[in-house]
Amino acid sequence: MSAVRIDGLVVELGGRRILDDVTLDVAGGSWVSVVGPNGAGKTTLVRTIAGMVTPNAGRVEVDGVPTHALRARARARLLALVPQVPVIPAGVSVLDYALLGRTPHVGYFGRETAADVRVSETMLAQLGVAELAGRPVETLSGGERQRVVLARALLQAAPIVLLDEPTTALDIGHQQDVLELVEHLRHEHGLTVVSTMHDLTLAGLFADELVLLDRGRVAERGPAEAVLTETHLRDHFGARVSVVQGEDGPIVVPARLPRRQPPDQQEVS
Amino acid sequence: MTATAAAAVTTAPSRLRAPWLAGGILAVVVALVVGVAVGPVGISPVGVVQELLSHVPLLGVRSTLSARDAAIVTELRLPRVVLALLVGALLSVAGASYQGTFRNPLADPYLLGAGAGAGLMVTLVVVSTSTTLGGGDQLVPLAAFVGALGAVAVSYAVGRSAGGVAVVTLILAGVAIASFLTAIQAYLLQRNSDNIREVYTWILGRLTVATWTEVALVLPYFAVAITVLLLHRRVLDVFAVGEEEASTLGIPVARSRLVIVAAASLATAAAVAVSGLIGFVGIIVPHTVRMIAGTSYRVILPLSILFGGAFLVFADLVGRTVIAPAELPIGVVTAFIGAPFFLVVLRTSVRSKQ
Repeated sequence: MSAVRIDGLVVELGGRRILDDVTLDVAGGSWVSVVGPNGAGKTTLVRTIAGMVTPNAGRVEVDGVPTHALRARARARLLALVPQVPVIPAGVSVLDYALLGRTPHVGYFGRETAADVRVSETMLAQLGVAELAGRPVETLSGGERQRVVLARALLQAAPIVLLDEPTTALDIGHQQDVLELVEHLRHEHGLTVVSTMHDLTLAGLFADELVLLDRGRVAERGPAEAVLTETHLRDHFGARVSVVQGEDGPIVVPARLPRRQPPDQQEVS
Repeated sequence: MTATAAAAVTTAPSRLRAPWLAGGILAVVVALVVGVAVGPVGISPVGVVQELLSHVPLLGVRSTLSARDAAIVTELRLPRVVLALLVGALLSVAGASYQGTFRNPLADPYLLGAGAGAGLMVTLVVVSTSTTLGGGDQLVPLAAFVGALGAVAVSYAVGRSAGGVAVVTLILAGVAIASFLTAIQAYLLQRNSDNIREVYTWILGRLTVATWTEVALVLPYFAVAITVLLLHRRVLDVFAVGEEEASTLGIPVARSRLVIVAAASLATAAAVAVSGLIGFVGIIVPHTVRMIAGTSYRVILPLSILFGGAFLVFADLVGRTVIAPAELPIGVVTAFIGAPFFLVVLRTSVRSKQ
């Protein structure tokens, strides 16, 4: 199980500092979820870990190896990314799309072997989408599509999986579905998972540890109970919430300002 | 959602299937025979086949053609048809490769300015040195390559800086660059009116003066460009998910793009050097292949080579028969088919983006 170490990461895009000295350790085999308000730098953090963004300062290490010095192929064997909005090419079948995940294991000029096809079919079956193998990816529903993109990432056989908002555009049932699946696969394959999450309650339910990012800095980190407090959410999100302790962890409940009496009701009384 | 193993077995990954490959080879053979048989002097297809096979050692086939007809076949028509096969293959595979790397269905050697860049450089060489366009001079394809690659690089840079989101941005940049280069070319020609006629017939696209010299000139470029591009067929499939995701999947994107664009530009340059400006082949052929045989470049590239070659032989056949004994430049024929085709692709690609 591989550990990720993020050390003093600084990223500036278009003259704006997006990540400001982010330091973070992710233990091998754990699931760390990054939460934070819009524009806090969550996606940039995941993209920088994935190697899509070159940091201005700082480094990302996997088991002590700095990943930005690696060639794309070696990096793709260590880190697999499920993008927030994956590009779905027109007319490509589920099986062909999943096979793209084998790219770091196929020779540059080579083609997939029968073994690559076999593991891809097995993976699609494990994710419950084997019967969709021949369908074009663009015709799938949101939940099916997310499983197929997940299959592609897992087929990279990388020890670290990065999930950028894996539950966006899914209904609550499919959100749970996908996260349970990630949790299952994490144990089965011994994966280290780093995700960004929009839904705080779900983030707390599934991650071992939460990292609250605000304006490019790590504001809070720790177990869900410590990070998801009414004070933190007010300070960093500007949100009025009450946090209820549920059976599996804290539940974030949005509250609204006290209702004003409608004018006609005032007249009657 | 329970997995049914049976369903998975019936689905196989995309690859070039034997019937399609056979169909492509058949198209080339038919084009070869028909292309050689049709002309002012009628020669029977059977005679053509016998003549062609008589040149293959160890077969023992003997030609039944008269010496005159045999000369027409081997010295006049065959080089022209072979050149059309090579040029059609080069333009089609270049178009498909540009479309794959730029993820742009409208990319075409001519619309990206590669044709105009090559044309300008060739014109420059012709007017400034004693080089002529018929002599198989090695300077011509080299100049064309420099021009083609330079023009594509500028179109790509301009298109990207203007906002790389819209499919049409790159093409607009390419068309603007092409117009600019064509204007310089026109200026050069007006200043050097001695060469104007030769260069103009070449600009319109021609296979009329094709000899074995032209075939020999284009062959090494054909071999290099086709080999490099075919080797990248799986890489082009990975490019379909975009450059960013391709890089997370382990593709060295910048280097791959450079190599593919260079090879496609080399293919374009070689075609331009021997046959002038023949537009739209790079759009018509790959799109037709994509529509009927599949979206994987493992299918598109080899079939574009075969069907592209056959397509250009038939386009040339149309060009030399519709107003016989005069000839319609082949670039006019391909534009006549290609421009409406382009509009259809434009419509569907813009719609699917919305």
